[in-house]
Order: sequence, then structure tokens, then C-alpha cells
Amino acid sequence: MTYTDYATGEPVTDTKAPKGPINERWDKRRFEAKLVNPANRRKHTVIVVGTGLAGGSAGATLAEQGYHVVQFCYQDSPRRAHSIAAQGGINAAKNYRNDGDSIHRLFYDTVKGGDFRARESNVHRLAQISVEIIDQCVAQGVPFAREYGGLLDTRSFGGVQVSRTFYARGQTGQQLLLGAYQALSRQIAAGNIEMHPRTEMLDLIVVDGRARGIVARDLVTGRIDTYFADAVVLASGGYGNVFYLSTNAMNSNATAIWRAHRRGAYFANPCFTQIHPTCIPRTGDHQSKLTLMSESLRNDGRIWVPKAKGDDRPPNEIPEDERDYYLERIYPSFGNLVPRDIASRAAKNVCDEGRGVGPGGQGVYLDFADAIERMGRGAVEAKYGNLFDMYQRITDEDPYRVPMRIYPAVHYTMGGLWVDYDLQTTVPGLFAIGEANFSDHGANRLGASALMQGLADGYFVLPATINDYLARNPLGDRVDAGHPVVQEVLAETEDRLNLLLSVDGDRTPDSFHREVGELMWEFCGMARTDSGLRKALERIPQIREEFWRRVKVPGTGEEFNQSLEKANRVVDYLELAELMCLDALHRRESCGGHFREESQTPDGEADRKDEEFAYAAAWEFTGTGEAPALHKEDLVFEYVHPTQRSYA
Amino acid sequence: MKLTLRVWRQKNADAEGTMSTYEVDGISSDMSFLEMLDTLNEELILKGEDPVAFDHDCREGICGACSLVINGDAHGPERTTTCQLHMRSFEDGDTIDIEPWRASAFPVIKDLVVDRSAFDRIIQAGGYITAPTGAAPEAHATPVPKPDADFAFEHAECIGCGACVAACPNGAAMLFTSAKVNHLNVLPQGAPERETRVLDMVAQMDEEGFGGCTLTGECATACPKGIPLMSITGMNKEWLRATRKVSKR
Repeated sequence: MTYTDYATGEPVTDTKAPKGPINERWDKRRFEAKLVNPANRRKHTVIVVGTGLAGGSAGATLAEQGYHVVQFCYQDSPRRAHSIAAQGGINAAKNYRNDGDSIHRLFYDTVKGGDFRARESNVHRLAQISVEIIDQCVAQGVPFAREYGGLLDTRSFGGVQVSRTFYARGQTGQQLLLGAYQALSRQIAAGNIEMHPRTEMLDLIVVDGRARGIVARDLVTGRIDTYFADAVVLASGGYGNVFYLSTNAMNSNATAIWRAHRRGAYFANPCFTQIHPTCIPRTGDHQSKLTLMSESLRNDGRIWVPKAKGDDRPPNEIPEDERDYYLERIYPSFGNLVPRDIASRAAKNVCDEGRGVGPGGQGVYLDFADAIERMGRGAVEAKYGNLFDMYQRITDEDPYRVPMRIYPAVHYTMGGLWVDYDLQTTVPGLFAIGEANFSDHGANRLGASALMQGLADGYFVLPATINDYLARNPLGDRVDAGHPVVQEVLAETEDRLNLLLSVDGDRTPDSFHREVGELMWEFCGMARTDSGLRKALERIPQIREEFWRRVKVPGTGEEFNQSLEKANRVVDYLELAELMCLDALHRRESCGGHFREESQTPDGEADRKDEEFAYAAAWEFTGTGEAPALHKEDLVFEYVHPTQRSYA
Repeated sequence: MKLTLRVWRQKNADAEGTMSTYEVDGISSDMSFLEMLDTLNEELILKGEDPVAFDHDCREGICGACSLVINGDAHGPERTTTCQLHMRSFEDGDTIDIEPWRASAFPVIKDLVVDRSAFDRIIQAGGYITAPTGAAPEAHATPVPKPDADFAFEHAECIGCGACVAACPNGAAMLFTSAKVNHLNVLPQGAPERETRVLDMVAQMDEEGFGGCTLTGECATACPKGIPLMSITGMNKEWLRATRKVSKR
């Protein structure tokens, strides 16, 4: 049986979302959830993996509630999680602008923006909680941008027509993360959190069908250890680094969620990846990562390419009537603020036509000349100064004088571990929050919604729902290091690392990562086809086989060894890549960030096939290289009726 | 470009370190400094040698992980983080010295990687506003004058990289600590803990073994985020005020 001959198993259903009017469901669920007596909470240990917006806020809040939290991050400090790099802002339905915003509108925009592939109950809850997040962050001292009257300022983002995005210059993620980090630090000092920095989760321990701990490696000493808990929360982020080049941090990785998947957690919609339209184009083969230019720039910047193919005049010499402001032309009502998937595909299309700019024709202009003329350089500087500086630093070009060049790059993964309304995976006791889960963004995430979701999950949702699990599942025997299952998982991890060290081949771990990444970008990137995906599916097992034959990892496992860390992450990319391609192959429709060339409207827009594909695809692991089993979760739309998205 | 690198190699915290020399060729001026080191490491791995360990993550200048002293300067010749330094700042044929942060409160872990957990403990001592989840008032209940909000932001920009400590002849952490004190103490939300915050953070800073401040200003010159030297003066003022106020209680 080949990998593509997957079986379709029982449907998967979300048994936790209450019925009834959508705006009452979250209240209802919180009321129905059982509570743990405050005096008993300290007897419960919860493991949290990751310290980004989701993990940091969850760890701090669970510790405040009285749980004993054991938390992990691979970075040297919890303050460095990659949420820190989020630039643009965070959405909230505060309606401070009196511009017609409401919880229902944020809910509607998010379901529509996700191209009708998200679960309504979850999205509505997210919109409800959004307003509390801003209050919480302000109370922590997050220095959001303010107006002269002392009140909070907002701006607009792609895919919406209201101004609901709160921001702290171009460093909103940094400021929100530091707020969560500081709350976390307070709990660490109080002795409520046992923090393990520079420690990476390498496997999940499941005993009698329940998540009971993790295997993790101390990256400084190399020591592999086991940690036990009553519940495990994964807040380890997305898997965009499978593409090698992405806007993720260099060490962001998929190991925690992939190992959990191998231990029984279903992986949902792995092919839903977001290609962000405004990144700095690559300069050569040495490129190690790509840098995002915040979407907020599309508020004032105008995107264009020359009308004529191969026009290699400098941008300032191309007259106005020979420029094609293609987003404004094709989508007059949203213009430069169309959702990310649409903006990215449009950029790809004009470059494919031979009208791209810059080296290799892989770029389009993002031009601020009009904005500078309208608002003055000072105002542009106040709004985007740090982004302009970063652009200039990287490209050596002055964006105040010549238009920026941008090109799409992998940025975010909407897919992730399947979770129910309680954010619990299919492994009881294992929860996934933030980008690590699949729940809220459907097939495309709107700008400034990742920060909202991470903090909603961590501050408000998980701390309410995890009680229910802990209260209903009295734990039997204590699990300790001597348990046979624990011994087995530990031995498997040690064997895997030892094997990596013993191959002693002739290729670096990075070279394999690059190879699989390029393959994924070509065949599972912005446009996907049946034949291309089949090619990738043929090639991936070959790369995997070659990896285990030819990889070279210097040093030993009992020391600080960054090559070993990298190689072990590549092992998981080489398996995850296969699942992503299969998911993309099986979904013979286009929706959001998933564009199948076979399924497009006559004018080249995504052609969704609701009758066949209005479901979340949750995949069950059956063995490396073995066909996984597909479990469908049907998506029911009671409030927002699926239509073809129109931003024209 | 062809370059000669002299790199600090140290097997672990207990081992003796030494400067080792490497040649790298085919370096493009568009490469970032860390991409240049990636190139070196790929070659070292294939030669069966131990690659150079260095901290790095976001490579966008915001996570604060990267931390190299380049030709004697924390983060090198430009005012930015190491990851945002590009090879166009160097000339073909240059010899470049690469060392870790040097400070007694930042012990070396391996090669160019140091332990900066002292910074985390300074924040744990008081670098926060106590605001348990769910207890927050409506965000607009307390307006913050824009100049105060901007002042707070300017200090909140600190990325905790430690360049200030590495650049300081005394190995002081005053700029790092003062950035957080100023950020939180100017805000109305930070007022209830204003005195304990500065006193506890400064006490922790001293306990970690950072040096004293003699206002040489190297810290502010090296800071990739431009935290101003006046930040330290601000903290000293806060500290004096807090000391007087607490002694009156």
C-alpha cells in the first residue's frame, strides 16, 4: 500500500462545543466545565511547552490559578519566543472608532477571511475574548500606541474595512510577549513555575491513553530527561520552517507537535499554510531566512509592477501611466488591503507574467511616494520608522526614496494539531494552543489575528477548559521514570539521537533541510497541482532515505550540540512534509492559502468546493511512510453563509 | 569576499578558551554576518570539525539572542544586532575577531554562547506589573498621556541582548535594568509597585555580580535599540525617591 492510499476512518466530532445561540456558547461551556477546588490545584502539575504568546500567557495564568506549572523553551530565555517578531498589531472588537465594528463583525470577517474552513463556535469565542485581551495587556503596562488625548490608537489591516488593530509601532508582538513574559517571571519568582530554558521537548509520554509527560533534552548538557504531569499543553508554534526559508525564527520547529502526532494526536489541515505577501525578496543561495515587512505597510503603501514585461528601468523613471497598481485595479473596494492569500497569489501571477522587478524578477514594488507626499515624511517615519530602517539595513536601499521590493514568503501555518472546543487534542490530557493548533483561522489567517488567538487561548480559554479535564479525570497511579512506557519512550529518543550521531555521512543536516524546503516551496507552495504534489510525494521518501544514509552530525550527544538539534528537527520535517503534500493532494479544491491550479474560477480566483470539502481534515498517524487515516470533521455554518469571497 | 576569522573557541564552561583562525571564501556582501558564519560552519561539519556555537534565532533584530563581540565592539561596527549586520560593512581581505560577550555575570557556555539568565532574574525581582488575568479594568478607563506612553515605549524596546553589559568596562547592567524600570514606572498602571520595583531590581542586579556604573556611556552607544543613557539617570532618580519614601514608612 502506498502513502497516498489513505483510508477514511470515523468522522471526528467536537463534543465540547455547546449548542444554542452562538453568543452564549462560551458562557455555557464555562458554566458546564467542572472546577478544581483552589486548594487542590497545587497538587496538579501542568507541563507547558513553549513561552510565546500562547505558552507564556497560559503558564502565567495557570500558575496564578494555583497550578504547579513546569514550563519549557528551547531559547535561553522565555522572552525570546518567536511571537516577539510579530510586527503589525492585534485585533479587538472594541469599536473605539465607532466605525461599525462589533464582536459579530470580527467573527464574520474571520470566518470569511478563513475562506469558510474554520469552526464557527471557536471563531466567535475568539472575537468575544478579543476585547478582554486589550484590557489585560494595558493593565500589564503594554505600551500600545496612543492618541494625544491619551486613548488607544488603532489602524486597519488586510481583509477588513474597520480600524480595529491595536499596535505598538511595528513591534506589537514584542510588547505583548514581554507583557506575558513579565507575568510569567512574576510566577517564576513566586515559585509557582519551574522554568526550563534551553530545554527542548523531544517526545510525548502517553500512559493508558492519557498524556502524562514529556521527554526533553537539556541543550547545554545534552542530558535527556523525563518530566511528568497531569496534563500537557503544547504551545510550540507552527511548522512553517518545513519550507527552510520562511519568516519563522531559525530554531522554530515542528518536533513537539509532530512527536505528539506520532503518539496519537490527529494533525488537521496540514496543507493550510500562509504565504505572506510582503516580505523582503531573497538575495542568493546563502539566504538563511526571510524577513517580513508588516502588512500594516499596505495601509499607506501602494503595490505595483510595470505594465510592460521585462521593463528594467529604475522605478522612479517609470511614468505613472506605465505602472500597474494591480491590486487596486482588480480589487477596487479593498485595494491594497485584500487578504494575504489573495495579495500573495496576485504577486506571483504578475511575476509569472514576466513583470516582476528586482533580481530574478521575483519581486513587486511597495511604494510610499504618495504617502510621503500626502502625510509628510515625519508622519510616515512615526508610523513605520523601524520597518523602514530594517528594510534599509537588509537591502541597502532607502525606502523613503525608492519603492520597497517585496515578494511572498511562508509565514504562518493555519493547520496544526486537531483540537476540540476545549483545545484538547485527540490524546486526552494533551492540549494545543496558539499556532500549534488548527482551530480558528480556517484556510487563511487575517492580519493581526495570530496575536489575538495566542493570547485568547493562553490567558482565557485554556485556563477555563483545562480545569474540566483535571476535575473529571482523577489520576490513578503516579507515573514515574521507572514506568515501562516511560522507559520505552526514553529509549526511543536516545536511540534516535545516537543513530543521527553514528551515520557519519557526507552531507550536513542543513543541506537536507534546504532540499526538502525547496521541494515544498515548488510543489506545495503558492500554487499546487495534482502532478506536482505527486512528484513531491515520490521524492520525499527518497530524501528521507538518503538522510539516514548520508547525514553528518559532528560531536556527541552529551554536550551543547547545535548540529544535533538541527538534525533531529530535520527528521521530523522529512515526515511532516509528506503529510502536508498528501493533505494538499486530497483537497481537490482551492480555498484560502491552499490554491489548487485545477480548481479556479475563470478570473483566476480560488474555487472552493463546499459540497465535497467543507470539512477539516484530521489525519491519524499509522507509521513512518505509511498511509495515514483521514478523519473528517464536518463544518457547519449556521451564522456566516459560505459564499465565494469577494474583495472586488 | 575572502576573509580571515579569528574566533573564540571554548569547549564548555570549564574548559580553557582560545582564539582559532579560519579562512572563508566566496562571501557575498549581501550576506548577514550570521550567514557568513553559517557558511563557515557548513564547511567545518564536512571537514569533521566542531562547528562554531553561537546564539541566534529570529535573525530580524528583535529576539535578542545573537550576541557577538566583533572586532572589539558588541554587535560589531554598525548600530544594530549581529543578525542585522551585513558583510557589506567589511572589506575583502579583512581579518575579523569574533568573541562572546565578556562579563563575569555572563559565563561562557560554549564558544560564543553565554549564559544571560541573570537578566531573567532581574525581571523576576520586580520587572512587571502585578495584573492577574481577568482582573483588568476597561482599557480606556485610564488614559495615558501620549508623551508618557511614548517614553514607556522607547524604554520597552529593550531586547535583552546584553550588549550594554558586554560594552561596559565595568560589566554593569544599569541600562538593561533602567530600561524596564523607566518603562513601567512612568505608567499609571505601574505606580502601585513603583518603589519596590526599582529597589528590588537594583538589589538583584547587584547580587548577580554586575559591575557598578561610572556613566562612561558605552552601553548606550552599543545598544542596538537606542535605549538612551538618560535612562540610567532616570533609574537613579527613581531609586533615590524610593529609598526616601520607603524609609519614611
